[in-house]
Amino acid sequence: MIEWVNAVVQGILLGGLYALFAAGLSLIFGVMRLVNIAHGDLIILAAYLGLSTTVMLGVHPFVALLILMPAMAGIGYVLQRGLLNQTLGPDILPPLLVTFGLSVILQNALLEGYTADPQKLNAGAIETASLSVGGLSLGVMPLLTFGIAILVIAGLQWVFYATALGRGFRAVSDNQDIAQLMGLNKAHVFGVAMALALAVTAIAGILLGVRTSFDPSIGGGRLIFGFEAVIIGGLGNIWGTLAGGVILGVAQTIGAKIDPGWQVLAGHVAFLVVLAVRPNGLFPRVTH
Amino acid sequence: MSAPVVTRATRASRVAMIIAALALIVLALAPWWAGRADLRLMGEIFLYLSLACLWNLMAGYAGLVSVGQQAFVGFGGYMLFALTIFGGLHPIVAIVLAGVLAAALSVPVAALIFRLKGAYFAIGTWVMAEVFRLTFAQISSLGGGSGTSLPVGIVKSLASSRSGREALSYWLALGAAVVVITCVYLFLRSRRGLALTAIRDSEVAASGLGIDIWRTKLEVYVVTSAFTAIIGGLLFLQKLRISPDAAFSVNDWTAFVIFIVVIGGIGTLEGPIIGTLIFFLLRETLADFGTIYLMVLGVVAIVVMLKAPKGVWGLVRDRYDLELFPLSYRVRTDTKGS
Repeated sequence: MIEWVNAVVQGILLGGLYALFAAGLSLIFGVMRLVNIAHGDLIILAAYLGLSTTVMLGVHPFVALLILMPAMAGIGYVLQRGLLNQTLGPDILPPLLVTFGLSVILQNALLEGYTADPQKLNAGAIETASLSVGGLSLGVMPLLTFGIAILVIAGLQWVFYATALGRGFRAVSDNQDIAQLMGLNKAHVFGVAMALALAVTAIAGILLGVRTSFDPSIGGGRLIFGFEAVIIGGLGNIWGTLAGGVILGVAQTIGAKIDPGWQVLAGHVAFLVVLAVRPNGLFPRVTH
Repeated sequence: MSAPVVTRATRASRVAMIIAALALIVLALAPWWAGRADLRLMGEIFLYLSLACLWNLMAGYAGLVSVGQQAFVGFGGYMLFALTIFGGLHPIVAIVLAGVLAAALSVPVAALIFRLKGAYFAIGTWVMAEVFRLTFAQISSLGGGSGTSLPVGIVKSLASSRSGREALSYWLALGAAVVVITCVYLFLRSRRGLALTAIRDSEVAASGLGIDIWRTKLEVYVVTSAFTAIIGGLLFLQKLRISPDAAFSVNDWTAFVIFIVVIGGIGTLEGPIIGTLIFFLLRETLADFGTIYLMVLGVVAIVVMLKAPKGVWGLVRDRYDLELFPLSYRVRTDTKGS
């Protein structure tokens, strides 16, 4: 019995990481209706840039975040204004195909630069540290990851609803043309949204790299996990995304408990069940 | 002055049909004039051409942008292996049956993923492909995660000599490409094809004219899935070996196909043909560069999408008003007549 409780608890904590994969995806979709197929590869890019930073400067991965977050934000702003803004419009094909092309380019650039060998970020003693709670042994890193996910989501919620920047996000999301008439430069607002999303991606990439090994080919899988968390939680609801991540994580750890080969499959099945029963997700934001 | 005539065919399209018929005869004779390696390459080209035409029908006409067609390529491949090894069927029968099974399977799949719109539909198809991959990786009698080879006896049942098998495999690929292009062409010329073209141009207007959008899209999805599975069976009949990672590879069966269609010209019948030729030209010249080649391909696709969204064929058509497959109607006043 305790083993199953343990599987559920570990799944909940894993869900924090998936919510971080999903947060950037959700933010970009919310502001500019763009689904970024390269999102997973950008997470892996962040992990590799984190690796280079820790190796070159000899710093802890968490310290590397101080450099990585602004760096990824910069990449995001340039990417959005230089490339992705040109794809936005009524037709869904250009953004989809351009980000798909970007995904292939990123994957192969990482392969060229870092080879296909699996890599891992070394976070020292914290990786193996654990706490005992009521017969369960909880890893400090998973707990920390979950805590960071809650903080990031609360932070995004705050930015969205309590700052001038968030007002800009909501304005362009509601009606781009009128927002433009009110003096907002939508190209800039989109750039800032992508910068913010990729800053979150930097956090996700570092936490992923500390948790497991990674190689250039796994970006697509991370995109899918993030996407499933978004759909399970309900489009447009950022706390729902956390819930979606948790459900996905629990489904995976329970699947793995039954048979190690079923871990990822069980997550996909949970997603399909939600899609069949509640196509708008479990906690959809009411839209008119 | 004579009354204006509405036609579909043009002189260019008639000439193109004659050239295509001649080319087809030459290609059908390839086992007698081409070397072994060339024959294999041409077989692969025809199968990619078929995949590109099918993806183009879905994405370019029905607005179903899928990045998960590898689900049906892999399914077809695995069905070839399962039905021949366990069912004792002849490989060609198994491949046709794989198409039927894929059509049946695609209906419940569509019922689920059609709930997702636009770009989310795209990722939903990818999830489905992953479900297929992980499921087949669990089947230990088909080799599990490491895959399996087609037994020698089954391979020999195709033709006793090696050159005979290679020629048969080539003809099957050529035949598949001809059947796919002809079917897509006839479909687009039919009443349903007109409905599909209307949906492509404006969903709202098409629905206002009484077209059942969901149903039309479902039909396209089911037919495309069936053909894609058949092509998958043929691809793995060439390879003679299957594994989940090869069968459900997003790069091999979807990324390349998307690049072919985008570069050639999405939403046209000529586009996939031009795109396949460009793709294989690039591949044969740049393949030694490995990852660089894929990056170049990605950059070319992005530039085409941004600068010439109708692809190479779109540029040609706008410049010369050319249409090799007569799909659109033209009004012509015959000024030379009485």
